[in-house]
Amino acid sequence: MIRETPFHPRTSAANETGLWSHWSGYLATDRYQMSDKFEYFAIRNAAAVIDTSPLYKYRIAGRDAERFLAGVLARDIRKCRPGQAHYTVWCDDDGWVVEDGVILRHSDDEFLLTAAEPNLAYLRDLLGRLEVTIDDVSDDYGALALQGPHSREILRQLSPEMEGIGYFHLTPAKIGQAAVTISRTGYTGDLGYEIWVGRDDALSVWDALLEVAAPYGTIPAGQTALLITRIEAGLVLIDVDFYSARYAWNDEQRTTPIELGLGWMLRDLESDGRPFIGRKAIEREMKHGTSRWRTVGITVDWEDWNRVYGERGLIPPKDHTPEHGGMMIYDDNVERIGYTPSFVYSPMMQRHIGIARVRPEHAAPGSEVGLELTIDHRYDMVKAQVTRLPFYNPPRKTS
Amino acid sequence: MPEKKKYDAIVIGGGHNGLVNGAYLAKAGLKVLILERRHLVGGAAITEELYPGFSFTTFSYALSLLRPEIIHELELTKHGFMPILMPSTFAPTEDGDYLILGQDKNENHHEIARHSPRDADAYDAYAHMMEQVVHAIRPLMDSIPPDITSKEPEERARMAAIGSYLADLPPGVLHDMIRLMTGSAADILEDYFESDIMQGLHASSGIIGTKVGPRSQGSGLVLLYHSFGEHDGAYGAWAFHKGGNGGFTQVLARAAQALGAEIRLESPVDHVVTKNGRATGVALTDGSEIEAKTVVSAVDPRRTFMELVDPRELPTDLVDNIRRFKFQGTSAKVNFALDANPTYPGLEGRSDQYRGFINMGPSLDYLERAFDDAKYGWYSQKPYIDGCIQSNVDPDMAPPGKAVMSCFIQYAPYHLRESDWDSERDRFGDVVQRTLEGFFPGFSDLVLHREVVTPLDIERVVGLSEGNIFAGEFLAPQMFFFRPAPGWNQYRTPIEGYYQCGSGTHPGGCVMGAPGRFASQQILTDLASKKK
Repeated sequence: MIRETPFHPRTSAANETGLWSHWSGYLATDRYQMSDKFEYFAIRNAAAVIDTSPLYKYRIAGRDAERFLAGVLARDIRKCRPGQAHYTVWCDDDGWVVEDGVILRHSDDEFLLTAAEPNLAYLRDLLGRLEVTIDDVSDDYGALALQGPHSREILRQLSPEMEGIGYFHLTPAKIGQAAVTISRTGYTGDLGYEIWVGRDDALSVWDALLEVAAPYGTIPAGQTALLITRIEAGLVLIDVDFYSARYAWNDEQRTTPIELGLGWMLRDLESDGRPFIGRKAIEREMKHGTSRWRTVGITVDWEDWNRVYGERGLIPPKDHTPEHGGMMIYDDNVERIGYTPSFVYSPMMQRHIGIARVRPEHAAPGSEVGLELTIDHRYDMVKAQVTRLPFYNPPRKTS
Repeated sequence: MPEKKKYDAIVIGGGHNGLVNGAYLAKAGLKVLILERRHLVGGAAITEELYPGFSFTTFSYALSLLRPEIIHELELTKHGFMPILMPSTFAPTEDGDYLILGQDKNENHHEIARHSPRDADAYDAYAHMMEQVVHAIRPLMDSIPPDITSKEPEERARMAAIGSYLADLPPGVLHDMIRLMTGSAADILEDYFESDIMQGLHASSGIIGTKVGPRSQGSGLVLLYHSFGEHDGAYGAWAFHKGGNGGFTQVLARAAQALGAEIRLESPVDHVVTKNGRATGVALTDGSEIEAKTVVSAVDPRRTFMELVDPRELPTDLVDNIRRFKFQGTSAKVNFALDANPTYPGLEGRSDQYRGFINMGPSLDYLERAFDDAKYGWYSQKPYIDGCIQSNVDPDMAPPGKAVMSCFIQYAPYHLRESDWDSERDRFGDVVQRTLEGFFPGFSDLVLHREVVTPLDIERVVGLSEGNIFAGEFLAPQMFFFRPAPGWNQYRTPIEGYYQCGSGTHPGGCVMGAPGRFASQQILTDLASKKK
């Protein structure tokens, strides 16, 4: 049976389209109204609420929790203090990315790890003799993201506790009578928060939040709006931009953190002396420079885009619906040098943009590449430029 | 004494075209000074906080025709460019019904079918016809028209090329283009639609800004012009810029400054200084002079030719053509700060219908009757209103829970019979408010502040002659190679070094920027050829 998130009575009332998609076994809304682009602009110009409850959530607790996670996660969890959160990845022995997720550190010995895929057995099998418990609490909590420039102004009226929390920090708080955790995290690349609330209090939190937020133009936003913003923010998505090493069939499908553009997580690798899964392989990759890819942005040349469509007598499309596929990227000699798994017309950038994977020698920002399009069932090539990620990075995100 | 600082080019007027022009000239390496009479740039595209917490788009209020090239070439997204989609159009009828068009094609089909099943089908055909005509005419609009008075082989060849281009169009498209360019909006719309609301809604685009009724020949051209824009590739779609159109011109100003242009506010220009038939700079009203070899007028043709320079220095036929150039502004604005969104009977508790235009022009008869008043020198007693409660799209325009509403009003002819606008301003505001009350019972109780902008105010504040919002009527003899006058449609003037770049030049008005951009191209071409 497909499940309903704790917010379902409200999301289903708000969903005017009758359309649902499935996300980790739960009903998720693609768009609440006929215009997903209007929801997108709510995120960028006002605020939007996004039900992110379907993520898997694991409570990792106990005396050895930090030690355990320090050995599992590629990013050093010891640097994540109580009241902070980390975006992190975990790898296999060969240094391939298994998955990514956000981990919240509630206290010295209690963490909440989110993941897109089930990881309970995988994590438990790594416990050994450590004094740690890992529980799947996915169903116990609802997660509601409030994202957008007005999010802070709205939330502070409900929970003065959150007033000063910094980027990737969190705090226990109350919304009405409900005890919640508010973290300054999100998947939009904007100022935003996520509210973690016990299942039974989910509806009261939704109601209290929307009552305060609606006059600020806040509306619920669906998956499509979220997925546009995450491309603009240069945030990768599992099963689109990379695949879990656990289920990949060959190395072509596998990726290292460095290839995925997450090398910054390993910045202190030399000094931290910490053993973790995949460390040796990652060190080898660094030492020998064996990374096969760089994850970069690409921006399509607007004049050339108009040209290729204009030559076919077509109105050049500017579609904000994300395309998850694999458009090929070529160099001057029509050698294939990469592909773009995520592609969209960005209303904020007014350009067609993509998260791309290219060979390291073509990864310098400004490098000219060719992007293969299919127009009227025929291949065509449009000029594009390698661009630094993220495309969109407003100062308010971290200020 | 001229001030010491030397500029390559001075742009007179910091409206959107002046800013675009100045930005392009600066981008090309010229030292540019943009002179604005008022305390803020934007011309007729400004946003002002006229009531605490409420941002009013006093004049221009929505964005569609802006040329996408300008967004890219001037890198406007770096400076805050943000066109927010208006996802719906709401058209109330006089009997309490309504038509709401949104982003879903099939939902629109069902909604139109409530009024006429035939119109529901015809809507797609109409939209496709308009798209095809717009697509066909774009290359002509997106280039500098040839000079039809010229005997130069190059200009003659360009004329011939336009002939061939038109001849190569599919015959149906060319025929529809001529229908639109010469006929009335009603003629076209009656070919497709039978319901009053579909006819009225679409005919409204055929009268905006122009002293024509929906049944007047020439309203088709206005309808076509308003369909010429786009929002992210969707032809004919409109957006609302973050912070209103004043937000947009602030973006333009930042882009121009980033490219090196200098903007000087509260610097009204008295006249262009000429010497031996060429421009050498400008004189401000305070008597000071600033030198530049290139002077560009971003103001309307009457001011460009009759006020900023001495008409006696100009050829008689040009002076005569400018004298006969029709302004006859006929539009007004009434803007409101509201305590909340108004309520439409039957849609209580809803506000999603207010996320785009609210078109109060429910039939051809309604619009034509509104025009009847104007024909005889009076303002409409039941005017056409294009409302827009922008705070529903950009919540920052009003305090939380409150609303700011822009109302474009027609008809309000500049020349009133036996009265004047200073005497009629409040009574006119009352007529508009009464009309709104008719559509939204209880509207007046919501009003916190009202701003009435008559054509006379537009002329006084913005400087647009007779308050014409397009800097000159959209009439066939004032368009394309006739805008603003035959022989002077390529942004030059008879005075060497003196150029024009306002909406009174090709392609015309609306927040389009094309005149400013084309003028910069002409200027740079002329400067380059002089160097050779």
